Amino acid sequence: MKPLKAECGHNALDVRDDFPLLDQLVHGQPLVYLDSAATGQQPQAVIDAVARYQQTDHANVHRGVHTLSHRATEAYEGARDRLRRFINAASRREIVLTSGTTESINLVAQSWGRPRLGPGDKVLITHLEHHSNIVPWQIVCEQTGATLEVAPILPTGEVNLDALYALLAGGSVRLLALAHVSNALGTINPVAAIIRRARELGAVVLLDGAQAVPHMAVDVQALDCDFYAFSGHKMFGPTGTGVLYGREALLDAMPPWKGGGDMILEVRFDGTVYNDLPYKFEAGTPNIAGVVGLGAAVDYLENVGLDRIARHEAALTACLTERLAAIDGLRLVGTAAHKAGVQSFLVGDIHPHDLGTILDHQGVAIRTGHHCAMPVMQHFGIPGTARASLALYNDAGDIDRLVAGIRKAQAIFA
Amino acid sequence: MNGDRIGHGRSGASPAGTVTPLTGDELRELYRELILDHARRPRHFGRLSGATHEAVGINPLCGDRLHLYLAVDADGVIREAGFEGSGCAISVASASLMAEMITGMDRANALARRQDVTCALRGEAPGAGLGKLEALLGVREFPARVKCATLAWQALGGALTSAGGPVSTEN
Repeated sequence: MKPLKAECGHNALDVRDDFPLLDQLVHGQPLVYLDSAATGQQPQAVIDAVARYQQTDHANVHRGVHTLSHRATEAYEGARDRLRRFINAASRREIVLTSGTTESINLVAQSWGRPRLGPGDKVLITHLEHHSNIVPWQIVCEQTGATLEVAPILPTGEVNLDALYALLAGGSVRLLALAHVSNALGTINPVAAIIRRARELGAVVLLDGAQAVPHMAVDVQALDCDFYAFSGHKMFGPTGTGVLYGREALLDAMPPWKGGGDMILEVRFDGTVYNDLPYKFEAGTPNIAGVVGLGAAVDYLENVGLDRIARHEAALTACLTERLAAIDGLRLVGTAAHKAGVQSFLVGDIHPHDLGTILDHQGVAIRTGHHCAMPVMQHFGIPGTARASLALYNDAGDIDRLVAGIRKAQAIFA
Repeated sequence: MNGDRIGHGRSGASPAGTVTPLTGDELRELYRELILDHARRPRHFGRLSGATHEAVGINPLCGDRLHLYLAVDADGVIREAGFEGSGCAISVASASLMAEMITGMDRANALARRQDVTCALRGEAPGAGLGKLEALLGVREFPARVKCATLAWQALGGALTSAGGPVSTEN
C-alpha cells in the first residue's frame, strides 16, 4: 500500500465517548457509524436535556400561568435564542421552529411562493438538490403556473456556475433555492458569490442548510440569504425539529400556512388576527422536548467549537477520499474541489446494496441507494451509490474499517 | 435492536439487547456461487418482443426497478419470460432464477409457486422443495434484503393478475 499523507495521522477530536450509541457491537464488531449525512447521533448532553425536560418541566408552552408551563416556555424559547445566535440571525423573530428542513422549505414554497408566483415567473434550483428542495417547488409551480428551471452540474458534482448565472440573467427568476452542501455528493456550493449575483438580479434566495450546520459555522447575515432551512437531527439533536430562518421583512409579509392554536392573537368568526412573528408560523403544540434537545445540541456544538469540527472533518475527508481512491476498481462519485465529509462511490460492478450488506455485517454503517437525490443519480447514469459520511465523532480508525470492509466485499465478488 | 455494549466509555446508558452475532458464514450463505453466477450472467435478461403480460416492480426503499415481460399462450402457459432493470445481486439473481423456473408453467402454477417462494423468503414457510431457489434462502438472515429477493415475484403477481401498473414492494 502506498504511503499516506499526513491527514490520516490526524488526531481525533476525542468526543466519541460523548455519544453513547457509538459504544456498541453490531454483528459482533464495534460499530463504525458513517451515515451522519442521513442522521447524526446524539451526545449524552442532548439525551439528558430531553429526559430532564420530560421528567421535571413538561407542560404546554405559551398557555398556562402555572409554574410548569412557565418553565416549558422558558426552555422552548431559550432554545430559539440559542438557535438565533447559532446562525447569527438579527432577531429571534426570524427563527421559525419547524419539524425539519422539509417543512421549512414547504413553508416558503406555500407561504412565500404560492401567493406571489404566476405564469411567466421562474423558480430556479440546481441538479444536485435533495428531493425536499425539488418537490415543494414542483408543487407550487403546478399550483401557480410558474416554471421550474434547473441549473446543470459538472462531472465533478459542482454546480455549473456559468449556466446558473446565465439562467439568472435570463430574467424572471423570482426565487433561487439551492443546497449549501450537497447530501449525495458533498459539494460545498460557493453560496456567498451565488447569493450576491442572485440578489443583484432581484431573486430571493433560499439555502437548504441541512448538511452544512453540523459541520461549519453558518452566519446568515454574512451570507445575506433570504431564507435558510435546516434540521435538528442532522446536527445531533432530536428528529422532528428544524428551523426556518427568514428575513424579517419577508416573513412579515407572508401569510400563515397552517392554521390553529398558538398562531393567533384573536379568533372571531368575523375575522381572526394572527400572532406576531415567529408564532404566526407555529400552529399547534410544537415538539417542545425535541426543541429543548436541539438547544442542547447547539450548546454542545459550540462547546466543541465549530471551527475545530470543520478542521477535523476537512482533514478526515481528505483521508477518506485518498484511502478510497487508492482501492482498485473504486470510482468516486462527487469530486468537487470544496467538499464536506461526504463521499459517494461505486466499487467495480458490486451493487451498492450488496456492498452495504457486507459492510454492515462487519459493523460498518453506510448509506446506499439514491440518497433522496434521484436526479443526481440520473445525471451520473447510475441507480445509486454507496455513501460514507463523516461527523465530529469519526476518526481515521473508522476509515480503516471501511476500507477493510470494501476489500472483503471485493473478495466475495471476485 | 442489536445492542451489545463494548464496555469502554459510558456504560448502562441504554439497555443492552440480545444479539446473535453472525459468523462470516452468513455472508457466504447469502452470496452463494449460484447467486453470484446468476447476478453476473442473468438468464432471460432483456425485453421480450411479443410479450402478452408485463409489470414493473419497484422497491422504493432503494430505487431498484425491474421490468418483467411474459408471453402467455392461449392455454395460459408461460411460453417465455424476460426481464430488464438494474438491481443488486440478490434481486437480479432472484429474477433470473424465477424466469428459468416459470418458463413452461401455467398461470395457476406460477402464482402458486410465487406464494410458496415469497412465504419462504419471508421466513413464513420452511422453503423445502424450491429447487435452485433454495439458494436464495440466505436472505432470511438479512431482513433488510428480503425485499430485494421478492421484487421479481411481486412483479410476476402484477403481470399475471393486475392491469399492469407498477407494483411496489411496499404494497
